[in-house]
Amino acid sequence: MSAVTPTAASGSTEPSSFSGPDDQGSGGAVDKVYGFLRRIPTGLLWLIVLVWLIPTLGLFINSFRDRTAQRESGWWTTTPDDLTFQNYQDIFNAQAGLGQSLLNTAAIAIPATIIPIAIAAFAAYGFAWIDFRGRKPLFIFTVSLLAIPLQVALIPLLQMFNNGASYTLPGLDKTIVLVPDFDLAGTTTAAWLTHTGFAMPFAIFLLHNYISSLPKDVFEAARIDGADHFTIFYRLVLPLSIPVLAAFAIFQFLWTWNDFLIVNTMIGANPDAQPTTILIANLAGDFGRNEFILPSAAFVQAFIPIVVFFALQRYFVRGLLAGSVKG
Amino acid sequence: MATVELDKVNKVYENGYHAIHDLDISIADQEFLVLVGPSGCGKSTALRMIAGLETISTGTMKIGDRIVNDVEPKDRDIAMVFQNYALYPHMSVYDNIGFALKLSKVPKDEIDTRVRKAASTLELDTYLDRKPGQLSGGQRQRVAMGRAIVRQPAAFLMDEPLSNLDAKLRVQMRAEIAALQRELAVTTVYVTHDQIEAMTMGDRVAVLKDGYLQQVDTPQNLYDRPDNVFVAAFIGSPSMNLYEASLRVSEAGGQISLGGQTIALSPSSLDARPALRGYDGKTVILGVRPEDFEDAELATDIPESQFLDSAPTLLEALGSEVMVHFKLDAPVVDSGDPDAVEDTNAEANAVGRFNPRTRVRVGQAMKVGVTSENLHFFDADTREAIWQ
Repeated sequence: MSAVTPTAASGSTEPSSFSGPDDQGSGGAVDKVYGFLRRIPTGLLWLIVLVWLIPTLGLFINSFRDRTAQRESGWWTTTPDDLTFQNYQDIFNAQAGLGQSLLNTAAIAIPATIIPIAIAAFAAYGFAWIDFRGRKPLFIFTVSLLAIPLQVALIPLLQMFNNGASYTLPGLDKTIVLVPDFDLAGTTTAAWLTHTGFAMPFAIFLLHNYISSLPKDVFEAARIDGADHFTIFYRLVLPLSIPVLAAFAIFQFLWTWNDFLIVNTMIGANPDAQPTTILIANLAGDFGRNEFILPSAAFVQAFIPIVVFFALQRYFVRGLLAGSVKG
Repeated sequence: MATVELDKVNKVYENGYHAIHDLDISIADQEFLVLVGPSGCGKSTALRMIAGLETISTGTMKIGDRIVNDVEPKDRDIAMVFQNYALYPHMSVYDNIGFALKLSKVPKDEIDTRVRKAASTLELDTYLDRKPGQLSGGQRQRVAMGRAIVRQPAAFLMDEPLSNLDAKLRVQMRAEIAALQRELAVTTVYVTHDQIEAMTMGDRVAVLKDGYLQQVDTPQNLYDRPDNVFVAAFIGSPSMNLYEASLRVSEAGGQISLGGQTIALSPSSLDARPALRGYDGKTVILGVRPEDFEDAELATDIPESQFLDSAPTLLEALGSEVMVHFKLDAPVVDSGDPDAVEDTNAEANAVGRFNPRTRVRVGQAMKVGVTSENLHFFDADTREAIWQ
């Protein structure tokens, strides 16, 4: 990554890039062999990158080919003359409605990224730096929720969003309403809540690991300077946790953007809120008649997380703590 | 400006570890008090209790006229300088220094005036826009100091602020901090494990060991009249030489037998320590500062009855003096300082600070004169100094 700011030269030495013997000045057979050997790992990495990129490249090229071309020959036989923008025009037209579905996905994915970060950052700070009774068991319990598979909770959650939740006391014939019926079925709110709930254990775990490793003395200095927990959180913890917040935001955005299972369960029945993943699944049509427009739709769908990744990766700044404490 | 008073303060951790035992210190207004002791003696704990970062198990803590046992750190009107600076890494020097003022809602222009004044006191003017990561160790230490002085607190608390600096810078900052404290006239509690810092900076020095206060006094008094064996050995470098010796006292004076040899104790030395007369025929701990050993050929004022025979095993010429390591045939007493360095030269159990003109040579017999007026005597059982 090229995102290391020049101010962050905190003594963490960058491994010098693999280079041949030519910049060493002295020649000699040993140097040549050594230089060649040093190139092997880099070369291997490039090879892996290429192999991994081939399917994406195929998808990209196919997205510009018409139905017949896709059916009759492989993407590697394409010549520039065969390429057409017709597929892209088709998926964005009013009938297919990819544009609207992208907005729907954004309306799900962006809050479903921000809400868990906001909650988890507070929780992680609390677990890391506020001394309260039962802190450790509660933290272990929270993190152990990572083990709960998403699938087992989908139907109960859907029922709760549909009808609320209530419990009838045995023998007393009295019903207690645990969760009122907010009529959330088919709304994006249901998707936000579900995504938030399932992101929470991992988010708290990840942010806690980072936040608890911030130097204690800095917080003590802030306490003496007159800061309470909220001030410490906003003025110190948040600015110093930007790398981990960005990392989690990328994970969570990718997951919510590409999610099919949760949105299909929670809002699949509501065509107005339909996100791109569901749209694409339906785009192929009966018997796969419209299969040929899938590559272009998939490419559009995949493109946005890439933009988000590159936008956020500059926050992976090393050496953010440089100069705070010695050691 | 305030006094700080600790009255029978105890610290017992949840795991039962008793870190501080009945600590009684009262620190006068504008005084520079140094807490010193070997690692694990509880000095940092004591400081953190004054700061409010550790709870006080029993006892009372007063800053000014107010009991602060249950007062939050931010409400104690104190400023603390940490061993590793603890700067806010994402803020500029200006914001680091002004952070406390900003939190206490001081008007912006006043913050500006005070930050710039503190910065100019510490010669940080040109660095105000930099981040801590762009500063050298000494500059970071100054920023940490700036953060403390800008608040004009009732007391400064400093937790080994110089221990991360290199030796030369430490000497310079030592003098600067001491001068700054006198200029600002703010009560200061300074924790260090370095007895040289303690001696040079403090108005008074409190020596701690294993959570017990050993002695509080001015640096010179600590050096001249240590209360017990631990203080005697801890203060001073090289340490005081400590031996088991037996004592004979008569009207004409005293005789100390150290191994097979004897040193005469003049009647005036005995009169200065009347309690010694009660130790006739008993074993005591004898303490000799290195400078109270001298090459007998150069020490014309020391009578022959106070000469010891030995031979140097190691000479360290420092220019202004020569450290002479030699062996005395007497059992050495352990002072109980866990950080004390064992003499690597196992042959020797004594160090003398000789005049550089000395002609002694390694392996050649020499006579060592002992200044008996300055000897220290300690009870062999209680390890307390014998004076009155």
